[in-house]
Amino acid sequence: MANKLISEIPLPKSIANVFSARNVSTAKDALSLTEFELMELLDVGLTEVRSALSQISEIVAPPYQTALSLMEQRFQNEHLGGHFPTGLKGLDAALCGGIPFGVLTELVGPAGIGKTQFCLKLSLLASLPTNYGGLDGRVIYIDVESKFSSRRLLEIGLRSFPEIFQMKEMAQEMAGRILVLRPTSLAEFTQSLEQIKVSLLQNQVKMLVIDSMAALVSGEHEQGARRQQTLSWHISFIKSLAEFSRIPVVVTNQVRSRNHDDASRYCFQVQSRDGAIETPMQYDSHLVAALGIQWAHAVTTRLVLEAKSGERFIKVAKSPISPPLAFPFHITSSGISLLSDDGKEVMGPEINAIHYQGHNEIINFGMEGLH
Amino acid sequence: MEIWRLPISASQRGKLISAGYTSLSSLSSISSSDLARELNVSESEAMNILKVASHSRGSETSNASCSIVEGAQSAWDMLHDEESLMHITTSSADLDNILGGGIHCKEVTEIGGVPGIGKTQLGIQIAVNVQIPNDFGGLGGNSIYIDTEGSFMVERAFQIAEACIEDMSEYNRFLRKDFQECKIKMQPQDILENIFYFRICSYTEQIALINYLDKFLSENKDVKVIVVDSVTFHFRQDFDDMALRTRVLSGMALKLMNLAKRFSLAVVLLNQVTTKHTEASFQLALALGDSWSHTCTNRIVLYWNGNERYAYIDKSPSLRSASAAYSVTARGIRNSSSSCKRIKMM
Repeated sequence: MANKLISEIPLPKSIANVFSARNVSTAKDALSLTEFELMELLDVGLTEVRSALSQISEIVAPPYQTALSLMEQRFQNEHLGGHFPTGLKGLDAALCGGIPFGVLTELVGPAGIGKTQFCLKLSLLASLPTNYGGLDGRVIYIDVESKFSSRRLLEIGLRSFPEIFQMKEMAQEMAGRILVLRPTSLAEFTQSLEQIKVSLLQNQVKMLVIDSMAALVSGEHEQGARRQQTLSWHISFIKSLAEFSRIPVVVTNQVRSRNHDDASRYCFQVQSRDGAIETPMQYDSHLVAALGIQWAHAVTTRLVLEAKSGERFIKVAKSPISPPLAFPFHITSSGISLLSDDGKEVMGPEINAIHYQGHNEIINFGMEGLH
Repeated sequence: MEIWRLPISASQRGKLISAGYTSLSSLSSISSSDLARELNVSESEAMNILKVASHSRGSETSNASCSIVEGAQSAWDMLHDEESLMHITTSSADLDNILGGGIHCKEVTEIGGVPGIGKTQLGIQIAVNVQIPNDFGGLGGNSIYIDTEGSFMVERAFQIAEACIEDMSEYNRFLRKDFQECKIKMQPQDILENIFYFRICSYTEQIALINYLDKFLSENKDVKVIVVDSVTFHFRQDFDDMALRTRVLSGMALKLMNLAKRFSLAVVLLNQVTTKHTEASFQLALALGDSWSHTCTNRIVLYWNGNERYAYIDKSPSLRSASAAYSVTARGIRNSSSSCKRIKMM
């Protein structure tokens, strides 16, 4: 809508000619200027500028929907009202059905905690027919760090849904629906994104997984502000992809150690001494999610995977619908599963903290369970 | 008012000045045909110029019976207006207290905070609470929810609406004192029907929508609050020219303020957070820059203090800087109650 050509908008002929003569060809160009600037540029009076702007705005502005009709539309047209069940009962209940369609869901956690395992299970689930709880469609898996293992995928399938995967043709069909892309640079990734946008609706793609977003960006040499700018284009593009195709988009993120540059207070907090409680979590956890605060704002749901006192937890750190709950989980041959469907409620900003204690023991224990 | 301030096109202005008409008084006694001949323009154009000039002139000279400055209102009259203003409750009594009753109508309030602090929750709560009927102390109006990020979840709005209706019937029961089950006729679906939802995908659409709201609000006079969630998102990417961004943002803020005053509604803008380097340390600050921080009337910052969520009045013409604790529950925004047992959602 932003790039709507002025020539296609029914304006009075005289002003339409002036717009094109001054090279103001799209609605975006016209709306980016103030009324005064347009008057100067086009050499017309205020009333004409105002009426032209209001006509352009009326055409470019999106239509509205009442929240009620939005809800009815979602429940009629979409699977479970726009949610993709993960198979983890407690998590699905907290998220009101599962991973939401049309927005970004982030999985963040330290290395080896189980993010890729979760992604593999989700990809498998999405390819299954609807009577098995799947989305019955294709999955595009963007595998940046070459962690995708089709052997592991089929093992998960065999253990979780033996009735399907024991038949070779069915296994081939399901695994055939998962398309793996391996971009080696950010530029390649950008190119694939644009191709994905084109084929999204045509080819029955029901889910997009990006594993991992942080690895893409960290491979680039630019630092600081330039990196933020590059990332912001991608954030915007991926969000708009998710939005118009109404599919769940799962993105994994890495962690990095907290440095003293990380801000955590506002200037009014620094000034007042009384009433401020020192946050104990600052001293406990040295890890924060990578990609910065702009990314943290852009994701709609953030699931933190962490290891604490020898156990692994999956926490709902940010969600429009779920309270801050932590579920213990483990990884077996049939993939990730919850140890308890009753989440423990976590108070305060602790829900965002990422712990990494007693981790090595878990890896060894997990490996034993797999064989 | 001089010629160069008239809202006419640059070439007309240029012709007037080169013909020797530099002040408005010089145009007061000339006829349109003479002017057309002098400037070498058509008669209708000359008539238009004279009309604009006389209109501007008329607004300067005062009639003896009018006030000293046209368009001004005395502070005493404004006091009456301010006292009769209604507020939109946030459903947290502590928060309402520091806000002086709630979110003010006819003003633009900016609310910002880190991800996950409850901005969207507060936005949805306000969009629901504005619909509380007059009998219960509310405005009984509709709401516009402008979603730029896709964080609006209908199921959550339904939950909050349901809880709001339950609270109203509880209040009703208390008033009647006879403990009878008092059915409120309102249903959560009715509340959802009165939330007008717009989904914005670029800053151009955002500007276009705010321009279009003028017409929309004239047709839908019951709208009493506009929530923009968030005003920041599309302005944080694709703007290479920061000066342009500042101009566009301030133009947008002015239009919103205009809408708030003309239609007597509240405008709530949700903002994101960024890090700012001040005095050798990094601090959190609301996004969109320093110029933007001047444009909103009120500014509230939501932050974590220990394990509690707090709201701080950072800027307000009439309220003092204070902070209050609040919490986000399954029923929506409520008072923080560290002593009470928390109700789990499941």
